[in-house]
Amino acid sequence: MLIKTPKLSDLKESDVTPESVYMNRRDLLKGMGFLGAGALLAGASNKANALDWFSKDEPTKFKTTPLNYTPDANTDNLILTPESKVTTHNNFYEFGAQKHQPAELSQNFKVNPWQLTISGECDNPITLDYDDLTTMFALEERIYRLRCVEAWSMVVPWIGFSLADLLKRVAPNSSAKYVFFETLHDPQQMPGQENRRLGGGIAYPYVEGLRIDEAMNPLALMSVGLYGKTLPPQNGAPIRLVVPWKYGFKSIKSIVSIKLVREQPQTTWHKLAPSEYGFYANVNPKHDHPRWSQASERRITSGGLFARNRIETLAFNGYGEQVAHLYKAMDLRKYY
Amino acid sequence: MLMNKKLTSSNKVFILKIVIHLAALLPLINLYYLAFNDLLGADPVERVIHFTGIGAFNLLLITLTVSPIAKKFKQGYLLQVRRLLGLYAFSYAFMHVLNFLAFDLQFAWSLFLSEIVKRPYITIGMVAFVLVTALAVTSHNSLRRKLGKSWQKLHNLNYLIVLLVAIHFYWSVKSELISPLFYLLMTLTLLAFRFKKIKALFLSLFNQQ
Repeated sequence: MLIKTPKLSDLKESDVTPESVYMNRRDLLKGMGFLGAGALLAGASNKANALDWFSKDEPTKFKTTPLNYTPDANTDNLILTPESKVTTHNNFYEFGAQKHQPAELSQNFKVNPWQLTISGECDNPITLDYDDLTTMFALEERIYRLRCVEAWSMVVPWIGFSLADLLKRVAPNSSAKYVFFETLHDPQQMPGQENRRLGGGIAYPYVEGLRIDEAMNPLALMSVGLYGKTLPPQNGAPIRLVVPWKYGFKSIKSIVSIKLVREQPQTTWHKLAPSEYGFYANVNPKHDHPRWSQASERRITSGGLFARNRIETLAFNGYGEQVAHLYKAMDLRKYY
Repeated sequence: MLMNKKLTSSNKVFILKIVIHLAALLPLINLYYLAFNDLLGADPVERVIHFTGIGAFNLLLITLTVSPIAKKFKQGYLLQVRRLLGLYAFSYAFMHVLNFLAFDLQFAWSLFLSEIVKRPYITIGMVAFVLVTALAVTSHNSLRRKLGKSWQKLHNLNYLIVLLVAIHFYWSVKSELISPLFYLLMTLTLLAFRFKKIKALFLSLFNQQ
């Protein structure tokens, strides 16, 4: 029989801070008269500080608003990544290159007014205002897997409309071979664009691109919300792309310009390290990133360190049925 | 009492060691408490890997700072805390590797081994870890006496280890090169203090052949 002798260092169930106490820790601190100093720190700057670990509940939080949409039936019974994790674990270098920074450094981001211009090789170029983004098309929920090139993944209930619907509106002409996307460039609002150290040393504005047939695929989504509400800034407010069969960096955030172009455009990560990040960047378990394996991934759901969440990565992130035909004649090892 | 000027060297060492124990252990306890309870952001795995990795690097650099400071300010007793610092550097490195294996790869041993072989930055990190383990294992006084002169030779490997760790860090990041470059600069600075010794070591390598 196995008799476990707990070591002094072992954590017991009783060591866990009760959730109610954890949730009310601000009040506890207030009661002890500690908040004054903390509030001073928070007020002095919205830059990262030593209290980052405890600043999930910042005083100024970006306001999201509920949306009307057709829900996704979730026929695959995907387990959603909790909203608190979807909105605090972000690669959005414009607001800091560490995953927890965008949620902390983006809460004063202004999304209204906003202008999204769709132009280039098309007959009816248009510019959408903030209100157009959520009213121009009927919104639907789409529960998608999101696979990051860093080998972690999430399941996110996005809300939005098909990129194809938007592109049809501007009537692309026959020279429109590629679609070129651009993120807002506003160093005053985006500290990562202002400060090279914070912004991880990538070139701004962030740019991405798709081939026109990829962009017209019904899976490609223009997202304006998640978890029933408008997007928070750290997830790409007010409008972002979601291409679920490609690595996450293709799904460009906070878009101000979409251009239909003739040539394959330069894209941010491809420019920085062409051997590591291709233009296509389709999720492919058989083609490793030079510095790590892409054969499996860690699915971020709930649970701490002991979550047994390593799963096999699927070709095209599991959307092969809908998109594999786009790449039929291509060598996916060459066009990674 | 602590401010008493008559504090002997051994008292100072004792106090310093207590401070080192606390400064090294408390952050670890805090880290794992938060991580086990899912209070460490959305991906506690990444956080514990980075924290212990950078922690090990910091401790290595601090270990290398001791003797230049002891020399400069003529505080010989400081040398007595180097082993403790080195052992904590090893402990953090051990947790770093264990976190990668247990929580990131979740004991997929074949993947663990193939990643060590296939990924140069992990290969380099692993070499550094094996070497630092050798130093930790031979750190006890009895072994030090037993090994005699070769003990010092073995422990000079520390200079190689810190350089490998600096490269491992630089190579591991996606694009944010500023902090790895800063660490590389600190590493080279600390090695520069020992330029003559390292040069002699380097030359003796060739003379032996």
